[in-house]
Amino acid sequence: MDCDQNSVTLGSYLDGELPPEQAGSVREHLGNCPKCAAELADLVIVRRALRPARGMFAPSSKFRKRIERQIAAPRRRSWSWRLIPATVLAAAVLLVVVAWTLYARRPDNFAEVADMHVSALASANPVDVVSTDRHTVKPWFAGKIPFSFNLPELAGTDFNLVGGRLVYFHQSPGAQLIVAMRQHKISVLIFQDSPEMDRAFAVPMGVGHRDAFSIETWQSQGLRFFVIGDAEPASIDKLSQLFKTVN
Amino acid sequence: MNPEFFESAAMPLFDQLYNFAHWLTGDRTDAEDLVQETFAKALKGFRSFEEGTNLRAWMYRILRNTFLTSRAGLRAQNMAALDDDENAEFEAATSHSVTPEILLLQRESEQKVMTALASMPVHYREIVLLCEIEEMSYKESAQVLGIPIGTVMSRLARARKVLHQALTERSTEKAAKWTVIKTPSR
Repeated sequence: MDCDQNSVTLGSYLDGELPPEQAGSVREHLGNCPKCAAELADLVIVRRALRPARGMFAPSSKFRKRIERQIAAPRRRSWSWRLIPATVLAAAVLLVVVAWTLYARRPDNFAEVADMHVSALASANPVDVVSTDRHTVKPWFAGKIPFSFNLPELAGTDFNLVGGRLVYFHQSPGAQLIVAMRQHKISVLIFQDSPEMDRAFAVPMGVGHRDAFSIETWQSQGLRFFVIGDAEPASIDKLSQLFKTVN
Repeated sequence: MNPEFFESAAMPLFDQLYNFAHWLTGDRTDAEDLVQETFAKALKGFRSFEEGTNLRAWMYRILRNTFLTSRAGLRAQNMAALDDDENAEFEAATSHSVTPEILLLQRESEQKVMTALASMPVHYREIVLLCEIEEMSYKESAQVLGIPIGTVMSRLARARKVLHQALTERSTEKAAKWTVIKTPSR
């Protein structure tokens, strides 16, 4: 029987690469041509024998990891580049929060000072030692507070010493002096300075305001001074200057 | 095309590519080097890869071209540079007979075919690997190898005959197969 099929055509037929009509005619031919049928069978045998080659060599898991790292590396790098603005933003936010917290805490400390002033004035006994004489008031504090301070001479000024009382601020004893200026009462508070105190009152210089009070604070020779009252800032400052000259 | 896409698209080909590389090089270390270089080149050239084109064929093409320019690849090509015109000469020596006992000897046959595949000239081996092992279409194989589809078909047919011959002949006879058709160059 004549056979015009060649092995390329049979291979293409086996691989499903022939156009439908040509595949049909090959199929028909195979029914009549034992030679081609046998050759196709050979191709099938070869194909079956080749099957084990498919997964014969498997990469090691170590090598797989190496490749995964190799192609993942640029992504990780670009990811970290992308993270930089986010990190900067997060750091900025954190900074703002910390600064705001510190700032928010500072007025609270002033509020505590203002409270001491208000509670003294509201008390039935605003002062523990009633005296206009600084030489009476100062010795009264001896033994009650762990430090000493100087009182300026107020004679000839607008200010009159009313008296003093013992106060506590952050668990530390301190002196509160009540000074009158006409109808205004002004508190002068004196405490031992501490790092904590420094942090709390580090910022303000000059006269500040809190709850309609004027307040001035400074640090001198290990002591922290507050002058607070409802007098105008100039008067607060004037009294502060008097204390600053002797301490 | 971003690197994330490359990773998700290329990693599933990793095992097949390694198997292909091992069949080409015949050595684990060479295969690993080849695959690693292939992934490095593919990653580098990934931007130029056009979406919608065949990633698998593209990766195989990189691997195959990398192999051919490697020392092992050049050696493999020198061993047997084959010309497709040689088909006639080769076919004259090929038997078309099939015998029932072949089916009974299937397991031993597989070993013979594996040996025959491993010792086959690279231009034939790669065709068998792509068309039979990777089940690529002729068109895809042609893309990988950068040759016309007609050449894929003729080389495949010839390689299959050699493999079949390896199945049927006794082991002592096999050495002469490719030396008969060795030619200087294309």
